[in-house]
Amino acid sequence: MTLAHEMEEAARVAHELRVKRDQRARMGRLLKHLFLISVSIVMLYPLLWLLASSLKPENDIFGSLTLWPTEFQWHNYVDGWHGLPVSFTTFYINSTIVTVLSVIGNLISCSFAAYAFARLQFTGRTFLFGLMMMTLMIPYHVVLIPQYVQFLRLGWVDTYLPLVVPRFLASDAFFIFLMVQFFRQLPRELDEAAMIDGCSPFKIYWAIILPLSLPALGTAAIFSLIWTWEDFLAPLIYLNDIKSYTVPLALRLFLDQEGQSSYGQMFAMSVLSLVPVVIAFIMFQKLIVRGIATSGMK
Amino acid sequence: MSRGSTSPLKASFMRRFIARNAPAYAFLTPWLLGFFLLALGPILASLYLSFTRYDMVNAPKWVGLANYEYMFTRDRRFWKALNVTFTYVALAVPARLIMALGVAMLLDKGLRTIGLYRAIFYLPSLLGASIAIAILWRQLFAADGVVNAVLGYFGIQGAAWITNPDTSLYTLVVLAMWQFGSPMLIFLAGLRGIPKDLYEAAEIDGTPKWRQFTRITLPLLAPVIFFNLVLQTIEAFKTFSSAFIISNGTGAPADSLLFYTVYLFNEAFKFFRMGYASALAWVLLIIIAIFTAISFLTSKYWVHYENERD
Repeated sequence: MTLAHEMEEAARVAHELRVKRDQRARMGRLLKHLFLISVSIVMLYPLLWLLASSLKPENDIFGSLTLWPTEFQWHNYVDGWHGLPVSFTTFYINSTIVTVLSVIGNLISCSFAAYAFARLQFTGRTFLFGLMMMTLMIPYHVVLIPQYVQFLRLGWVDTYLPLVVPRFLASDAFFIFLMVQFFRQLPRELDEAAMIDGCSPFKIYWAIILPLSLPALGTAAIFSLIWTWEDFLAPLIYLNDIKSYTVPLALRLFLDQEGQSSYGQMFAMSVLSLVPVVIAFIMFQKLIVRGIATSGMK
Repeated sequence: MSRGSTSPLKASFMRRFIARNAPAYAFLTPWLLGFFLLALGPILASLYLSFTRYDMVNAPKWVGLANYEYMFTRDRRFWKALNVTFTYVALAVPARLIMALGVAMLLDKGLRTIGLYRAIFYLPSLLGASIAIAILWRQLFAADGVVNAVLGYFGIQGAAWITNPDTSLYTLVVLAMWQFGSPMLIFLAGLRGIPKDLYEAAEIDGTPKWRQFTRITLPLLAPVIFFNLVLQTIEAFKTFSSAFIISNGTGAPADSLLFYTVYLFNEAFKFFRMGYASALAWVLLIIIAIFTAISFLTSKYWVHYENERD
């Protein structure tokens, strides 16, 4: 009787404690969500302000915190597109050419080098791998001047060659590193079996390693796309003719003629310049997040 | 095909040596070309140029250590640039890492869905390098900008943040803080690697949360913190586009935004003092090499991280 009673009592207390703990956990979660939501708002506000300002009438832009425009000025986008001596159609074509070629160059040259480092035995491998890792740390500013002198002599200034050719020579060692990390995880037996069947190293690379490495190639492609699209320093140095400008260089022109052109137009074109990056991010979020978590870069 | 005078044995050894290495070096050819033409060659060339006076019109003229002597003893702007850059690194890197760790810890425990938050917090890091964001930042912190409107709402009279030399650098520190996304993702991966039963044991012992943080989280996360610290420091030293845009390409106002890279760019491509700019570049390389050396010397503490699950 008493034993049963005590057990019942114990069960009741345990249940009460559990309820209390669950309540506290729920409370904690709620507070956490509230906090994270407010941080999210602060994080997103500048971007939303940019978007809103691109649609506002000129005298509504500054000093007002309200995001909703009193009247939508969609024409900012049309006017901004033609707001510079050369239209943004040209700038977008230029940026697209440079970006597409850079992505292709990075994928080919970096996967070549990564395949050799990760899957092939050769004399000097450790040494060369060390050299490759060291180039990761070299700031672009250190090689900039001799590269510029070299490219000027070749007559490459004011062409896209200085922006694109280095990508075909695996100049972004970061992507080699990223791919090596991935290639190494693939089972060795695959190569060995293929070798016994008489496959050449190139066949193994092309028919086995690459198809199995689509996530790594995808990550490299997306980062390569975003970084090239946003790149400012190299185009700033190598492109002088406004007709060959990329989008970031064109945006800077708006700043130079501040006062003459409208803020709304500048903001509208700024918004458009971010669109490809945001789309890439939304579509390939998983690849991007995993790429950073495994390589630990940028 | 021509074997010349080498003995058959040696020739067969050579043939095997070549056969063994040829495929790998074929795959490495683009990278090797790039390494010599775009990295090693230019680095040595810029070392040579750093001992010359070179304006791109006349041939480089050897001046010995004159560039370095001028830099360290008489060039006020060099010291100003170092001062600005080090101040920025010292403020922006800890600020960004504290944000990243704080948010990562909030996201790590007790929430079932973090995907959306993670995306929102990471987005600025992806956009942050773009010129559009630098342009936006100029306007946010302008005298009549949004930041002052918010402060005005609380009855605080804001400054002209960008044009005031005392405050302009802080606008870039805030920009760096806003982009805490990538270290946050790396911290999240690191936090996932800490066994959960450690916290459960501490909970049963009644260990307060703060002690759990200093005794469990911090020590076990130390390799990741260090890794992030080194990486972000190197990144911060290389800051260019945002500083260039916000300071109108000159380091203005009153050189308060004269980042090292901005100074180097102007010396090279505005004034065409290529020899002097090369010397500046080499000093930057040495500064970054010192930080990299620290990371390599201590790599045994963080290397194991790379093979962990994510």
